[in-house]
Amino acid sequence: MAAVLESLLREEVSVAAVVRWIARSTRGSEDNPGEAAALSSLRPLRKEFVPFLLNFLREQSSRVLPQGPPTPAKAPGASAALPGRPGGPSRGSRGARSQLFPPTEAPSTAAEAPLARRGGRRRGPGPARERGGRGLEEGVSGENLPGAGGRRLRGSGSPSRPSLTLSDPPNLSNLEEFPPVGSVPPGPAGRTKPSRRINPTPVSEERSLSKPKTCFTSPPISCVPSSQPSALDTSPWGLGLPPGCRSLQEEREMLRKERSKQPQQSPTPTCPTPELGSPLPSRAGSLTDEPADPARVSSRQRLELVALVYSSCIAENLVPNLFLELFFVFQLLTARRMVTAKDSDPELSPGVLDSLESPLFQSIHDCVFFAVQVLECHFQVLSNLDKGTLKLLAENERLLCFSPALQGRLRAAYEGSVAKVSLAMPPSAQAVSFQPETDNRANFSSDRAFHTFKKQRDVFYEVLREWEDHHEEPGWDFEKGLGSRIRAMMGQLSAACSHSHFVRLFQKQLLQMCQSPGGAGGTVLGEAPDVLSMLGADKLGRLWRLQERLMAPQSSGGPCPPPTFPGCQGFFRDFILSASSFQFNQHLMDSLSLKIRELNGLALPQHEPNDEDGESDVDWQGERRQFAVVLLSLRLLAKFLGFVAFLPYRGPEPPPTGELQDSILALRSQVPPVLDVRTLLQRGLQARRAVLTVPWLVEFLSFADHVVPLLDYYRDIFILLLRLHRSLVLSQESEGKMCFLNKLLLLAVLGWLFQIPTVPEDLFFLEEGPSDAFEVDTIAPEHGLDAAPVVDQQLLYTCCPYIGELRKLLALWVSGSSGRSGGFMRKITPTTTTGLGAQPSRTSQGLQARLAHAFFHNQPPSLRRTVEFVAERIGSNCVKHIKATLVADLVRQAESLLQEQLVTQGEEGGDPAQLLEILCSQLCPHGAQALALGREFCHRKSPGAVRALLPEETPAAVLSSAENIAVGLATEKACAWLSANITALIRREVKAAVSRTLRAQGPEPAARGERRGCSRACEHHAPLPSHLISEIKDVLSLAVGPRDPDEGVSPEHLEQLLGQLGQTLRCRQFLCPPAEQHLAKCSVDLASLLVADQIPILGPPAQYRLERGQARRLLHMLLSLWKEDFQGPVPLQLLLSPRNVGLLADTRPREWDLLLFLLRELVEKGLMGRMEIEACLGSLHQAQWPGDFAEELATLSNLFLAEPHLPEPQLRACELVQPNRGTVLAQS
Amino acid sequence: MILTKAQYKEIAQCLVSVPPTRQSLRKLNQSRATLLSIFSQEYQKHIKRTHAKHHTSEAIESYYQRYLNGVVKNGAAPVLLDLANEVDYAPSLMARLILERFLQEHEETAPSKSVINSMLRDPSQIPDGVLANQVYQCIVNDCCYGPLVDCIKHAIGHEHEVLLRDLLLEKNLPFLGEDQLRAKGCDKTPDFILQVPVAVEGHIIHWIESKASFGDECSHHAYLHDQFWSYWNRSWTGIPIRENGEGKYRDVRLHAGLEKPCLLRKGFRGV
Repeated sequence: MAAVLESLLREEVSVAAVVRWIARSTRGSEDNPGEAAALSSLRPLRKEFVPFLLNFLREQSSRVLPQGPPTPAKAPGASAALPGRPGGPSRGSRGARSQLFPPTEAPSTAAEAPLARRGGRRRGPGPARERGGRGLEEGVSGENLPGAGGRRLRGSGSPSRPSLTLSDPPNLSNLEEFPPVGSVPPGPAGRTKPSRRINPTPVSEERSLSKPKTCFTSPPISCVPSSQPSALDTSPWGLGLPPGCRSLQEEREMLRKERSKQPQQSPTPTCPTPELGSPLPSRAGSLTDEPADPARVSSRQRLELVALVYSSCIAENLVPNLFLELFFVFQLLTARRMVTAKDSDPELSPGVLDSLESPLFQSIHDCVFFAVQVLECHFQVLSNLDKGTLKLLAENERLLCFSPALQGRLRAAYEGSVAKVSLAMPPSAQAVSFQPETDNRANFSSDRAFHTFKKQRDVFYEVLREWEDHHEEPGWDFEKGLGSRIRAMMGQLSAACSHSHFVRLFQKQLLQMCQSPGGAGGTVLGEAPDVLSMLGADKLGRLWRLQERLMAPQSSGGPCPPPTFPGCQGFFRDFILSASSFQFNQHLMDSLSLKIRELNGLALPQHEPNDEDGESDVDWQGERRQFAVVLLSLRLLAKFLGFVAFLPYRGPEPPPTGELQDSILALRSQVPPVLDVRTLLQRGLQARRAVLTVPWLVEFLSFADHVVPLLDYYRDIFILLLRLHRSLVLSQESEGKMCFLNKLLLLAVLGWLFQIPTVPEDLFFLEEGPSDAFEVDTIAPEHGLDAAPVVDQQLLYTCCPYIGELRKLLALWVSGSSGRSGGFMRKITPTTTTGLGAQPSRTSQGLQARLAHAFFHNQPPSLRRTVEFVAERIGSNCVKHIKATLVADLVRQAESLLQEQLVTQGEEGGDPAQLLEILCSQLCPHGAQALALGREFCHRKSPGAVRALLPEETPAAVLSSAENIAVGLATEKACAWLSANITALIRREVKAAVSRTLRAQGPEPAARGERRGCSRACEHHAPLPSHLISEIKDVLSLAVGPRDPDEGVSPEHLEQLLGQLGQTLRCRQFLCPPAEQHLAKCSVDLASLLVADQIPILGPPAQYRLERGQARRLLHMLLSLWKEDFQGPVPLQLLLSPRNVGLLADTRPREWDLLLFLLRELVEKGLMGRMEIEACLGSLHQAQWPGDFAEELATLSNLFLAEPHLPEPQLRACELVQPNRGTVLAQS
Repeated sequence: MILTKAQYKEIAQCLVSVPPTRQSLRKLNQSRATLLSIFSQEYQKHIKRTHAKHHTSEAIESYYQRYLNGVVKNGAAPVLLDLANEVDYAPSLMARLILERFLQEHEETAPSKSVINSMLRDPSQIPDGVLANQVYQCIVNDCCYGPLVDCIKHAIGHEHEVLLRDLLLEKNLPFLGEDQLRAKGCDKTPDFILQVPVAVEGHIIHWIESKASFGDECSHHAYLHDQFWSYWNRSWTGIPIRENGEGKYRDVRLHAGLEKPCLLRKGFRGV
């Protein structure tokens, strides 16, 4: 590899030839024969060139971006213990940890199987060692199972890593395998994570070679010490170390290395491990940045050449991750100071100029020069970054110094940029609204299921709210706080149908809360004011200083964070984990898959390049927004689908190897994928909708377990993605091809995916350079979604927040803070690939549809949207209209038929099910009218709507075509629904009507009778029923006692009360049936008390009894109320209940005349029949009374029966004998 | 009337020893409705706390014996009511207790709840005349429990709903009532769902629920749990409204707990 680079540097071959050589082996012949000859001998190495180049650059930069231990550790000879690099002197590998890719074995082994090559990382590439190495990675990725997964799996998984112990001695340096236990090792004071390890023990010399997996960003990851738990061990090097304990220091270095991976394991963004070997520049500014000077660049030509090769590799997408390289370049650009070369490696003195023998970057000037050279080649990408980054770049003084031209272009780009990326606000949780169509009783198998779901909904939101309140509190634990409640709730979901209801709720809530970036964004595309621009440029410096003082550098986990569940998503993930219900997971997967298919297949409007109307801008705003919503939803759903689908297979164990792996592969290849993503991807590529399909697919795959990429099915997918990645050359822009930002989005997400630990590192560097091989057989419209400018910076940054790391890097440079966000990188070993999967056949379309399609093709996209919208709405309205008219009529018919049935068959009316059948058989045939009515409705309504929505100026022919299409589509939609569902609909509605009618026949026919409202003139000023009940209750309790001696009511009050009662009963505005019932009953009680003369009257002490006349007047009022005003039944028979009549027994002397009066009036007014009263009186005799009372009662009864119609005068006669009524009665 | 928490506590303290009868409550003649409402709520809390101790079989037995002894001595005396006051239990609940016990003794099968309720509503159905009178006395004298009080509460709720409906109609705010919501199949229904949401002091209001009882913290929390959150869970923010007897409405903020209460004049001028 180095040979290639060397021959390049010696100018034996041209950069173009090298790039061609790397990218497209087949075209080597086009090159200059000399070059071709020089390169062809190196042919077997071709695929290793890029990893080599990247490693080389990382190594070379290690002094500028120092990350190893501070100078003492870099003692001469330290690197001698590090693995030698084939083709290059071992001393060149000074910053071994900075290697991106494992140095490969001798060229002869290069063609070996990828697995073997991985072993190259270690000196002894035996299989056991490989397993160990792999296991280590697994530890990382197992941990990587984000969030609560981390919690659960970490607890159970981390201590045991069986495969490691098999053949490898314990790797004590590996924090994953041997988390520290016990005392807190020397570390920064702010450290919060309890250490579980006593002290690192030096291990054998060989151990020191077992370097942990190298980090892709080997560039110096430095961090301002923060209180973040993961900001571990910025440990004072050499503290307590015996001098000369080099290997221990190396062990420590490895420790740090491992720890550096931790940020990507924690679900929340954390500050990356401080890797800084060099002392942190102190805040006080004791260490100043080295100024960079273009004049002091050494070996310009060499740097230019390497920069050119490097840039070409980036441009050709030969590097796995574009943004990672940009990040690296930005790091070089903002490098602060150089570790003195002499200290670290005296052998590499500047005197040695023979290409690779001398360090590439000998000073900060070199670094900056190189960086600027690379950036110049990628201006196009830079100019498409967000405005904030552009501003920072344009204001970077180094850039200005080294390339005023680039700076000028960047400034122009900044000024022209509208790509403000807003910082999203966390949304407040909003509940999913109750959906009558799906949530009502009819959709549940039983009342119980319905009510259970009702409760579950409440529990779910209770849990959600609790999470919202507490999840940010330290020490709060999801599982501890909510786990049991969630499981109890899941336990109640017995019926399968309840599960689907709950899953629907869950999914909707998920979409609602987390649609935006990482669940932390409210408005997806909202225009948030740019804080910086509001402050104004002059305030910027101050702001930065403020930032320096107040803020630790934020990091979202570096430029390549692992998949996480930020914000609200964490709740849903933890919920799934805590619920640990396989039914729930299955239903969830079903539901997610369905929704993904639905959204993925959504017909998104396509770009019309010819459309130059003024409206197109407006349209595009809407279309972008729609696309963004769909894309973000898809990504979210796919992420959760991937999470749940691969959950059973993910664990902390390392992936199996050998036979075990074969058997697992054999087993897993039998399992059908949860969603046929391969087909969806293939279709997406064919239909030129990669920009929609790939981002969500990446989310899905990011949760795959280690076995997945080895399965043929998924391997095909990865190869497709790889080819796509290679084909997305940003500089190639042509009509009808993918838009720049679309490409950028795909490159960003794919680059990210290729860094996920579970994705095999050998996947990327394939034998084939498939940039030409990727030719999509497009069958789809000429201009697919890919060619439409659907992605803007906001969406790009929303989907790939890690691109923001670039801006942070620049911001940190400005702020002078030395904290730099590092990220997780991984090595990649080249390998070979297999071919593409089969292409699905093309679907046929009807001629009519094709015509319509052709019509829309020549019209602005808004026309199509309008027509589709109108058709959709009118179709839907049509169904509603049919429901409200035809079906409602049929239901009315059903009701009247049912009434007839009930009349003819008597009260019972027969079996309801049978009745229903009869009715349905009569009525359902009428449903056939629905289609005709529906057609008529659509014909009537659609054209008007289309006309109203289209511009006035639309040509008549276009308008009428659009109208016709709208009518056709609406009719199609409505009729399809109606013909499939009308019978069922009628049935359902008739059934509901039957049960309603039958219920109405049931218990309370009287209560359902016609009720009079209050009169038109009524102003509803009557006393409130509650007040009256309360007042009457007071009178009753007074009468019943106990009471104080001074208590009583005045007759006037009683009269007033009854007057008010009358008003209330006549007004009825506030009267509800139960209140009326109680009023009726109370009035009867009151009458009984009046009759028995039990009401204590206020007045002069002597007059404790109500005058007869007054009592009678009151009774008259009551009688009239009962007769005229009560609309419900009045329990008048209670007047003759033993208890009420018994009241009379207590009065001395007994007064029977009022009772007799009352009974006669009741009969007179027709309130009670004589027979009824007789019956009551008869039953009274059966009760036990004192002897004399029974006699008097019998007399009363006889008296009442004997005088059928007592006219008014005779009543007076009664009055006359009032003084001693009892005697009179007895005599008569 | 809006009371501070401290004022409320003070009042509640004073009311704590009062039995829930008409006679004792006569003394609360000042601002009677509000005090009664506070008292009622405090008393209900008290009963909830002590309910269990009156329901042990020993307690029931001893109450029943005391009742029997009492009525044997004088059936016309308020035996049951006095007993309830003496042991600090709601008269209606005491009546129910004794009635249940009585029926157990006199009928073979244990009385069903509906039979008991029906007898409490209409004591004439109680086979024993003396007991019927005693029960009736308890019920008409109890200001916090019993079928009559329940009916009053229900009626108040209904009246407020009607008032609210009138206000909504008057203000031209289209709404769906509880019945319509039920017909649509909704599982939990506030009094009114506004068809077009309105903003009240910057908060979006979808529903309004009228609560007639005095809105102390405890009852608010209970309502929150039972009803308000349920509405919220169905995507409705709204306001529960309490009437203070002067035609003013006190709304109780929802999702942020008991935020700032706002006073709405009758007629929703704040809307």
